[in-house]
Amino acid sequence: MENLINIFIKSIFIDNMVFAFFLGMCSYLAVSKTVKTSVGLGIAVIFVLGITVPLNYLLNKYILVSGALTWVDPSFKDVDLSFLSFIMFIAVIASLVQLVEMIVEKFAPALYSSLGIFLPLIAVNCAILGGSLFMQERDYGTLAEATSFGLGSGIGWFLAIIGIAAIREKIRYSNIPAPLRGLGITFIVTGLMGIAFMSFMGIKL
Amino acid sequence: MSDKEPLFSAKNRKLLKNPLSSDNPITVQVLGICSALAVTAKLEPAVVMSLSVMAVTAFANVIISLLRNTIPSRIRIIVQLVVVAALVIVVDQVLKAFAYEVSKQLSVFVGLIITNCIIMGRLEAFALGNKPWPAFLDGIGNGAGYGVILIIVAFFRELLGSGAIYGFQVVPKAFYDMGYQNNGLIILPPMALITVGIIIWVQRSRDKSLIESN
Repeated sequence: MENLINIFIKSIFIDNMVFAFFLGMCSYLAVSKTVKTSVGLGIAVIFVLGITVPLNYLLNKYILVSGALTWVDPSFKDVDLSFLSFIMFIAVIASLVQLVEMIVEKFAPALYSSLGIFLPLIAVNCAILGGSLFMQERDYGTLAEATSFGLGSGIGWFLAIIGIAAIREKIRYSNIPAPLRGLGITFIVTGLMGIAFMSFMGIKL
Repeated sequence: MSDKEPLFSAKNRKLLKNPLSSDNPITVQVLGICSALAVTAKLEPAVVMSLSVMAVTAFANVIISLLRNTIPSRIRIIVQLVVVAALVIVVDQVLKAFAYEVSKQLSVFVGLIITNCIIMGRLEAFALGNKPWPAFLDGIGNGAGYGVILIIVAFFRELLGSGAIYGFQVVPKAFYDMGYQNNGLIILPPMALITVGIIIWVQRSRDKSLIESN
């Protein structure tokens, strides 16, 4: 249990998707103009990460890893399908996003129209595929660990996008040098937030 | 467009040239930021990464452009993802075979080329509506525009952070003896963002038409 909480906290603050690995920057920059839409997108990302990482974990463990297919037949123990992992992961993610899109459209039409084209873009949000690939690379032991990693990364991303959206709402009233307006200042503010988040780095869990 | 159009007509040259400056995928279109920042602490992975992205963008553009009349628009995203994922697997296996050290350094970021928004963006915006040859040029141009920014950022980060360029020590030993130190801060991830911010600042100061109205 302690281990799970460690992974959870670590993936939120120390290995934050945005500030430590720059994953999901595209939608992070594009959608962070107002807090309201970024909350919607953030929740969608938590949800999708929390489901795809464990799903891909199972896929990885029982199909892709070298020797994983022994549960079908012991003679498959030399089969290594790990080169297929990119295409399998992205297929799971794309179909799941399609599902989420349909659910949101049905049950929360207001959120659907405010998220607009960004919902399908979650499929190509690097944070989602990145979550699955990091899960594979770090070799988490159990399904619970993979789930807490997925949820933690999603929450970390959510915090980052809300933070930048709040800052951008305020920064509109400041006098920024014209060439820096918009994109430029957003980059620099994100960099400063990243430096602030680096203060968590020394923490050993 | 007639078939007799020369291969490098003015229009096609524009496809190659614009992404390098006024229509740069990173600083203007805001696409493909993720990988651009994460692999730029050193020049070598940055160069490998830009070449990989350029290859995948160009060939994915060609393939989608050849298929453009047969793909039903409802499932086009999945078709695009499959084409791109297949190309990325090829790139990944090639890197593992011929540049193992670099592929270890790039870790998950080779896989993340699949979700690099430059590729999806160009497929959606260009390849679906154009012939293979212009699509190929567009892919090369955007890959190169991405590469230029990567290489500029990596150049400064490696020079200031490690005193080296492409792994060769360029800051002489005498400087260190006199008290010069490498700037450890610039190796850290957040400084990549600030470096790109400064590049945007410089570019928009030179080209006023790109300035946003707040």
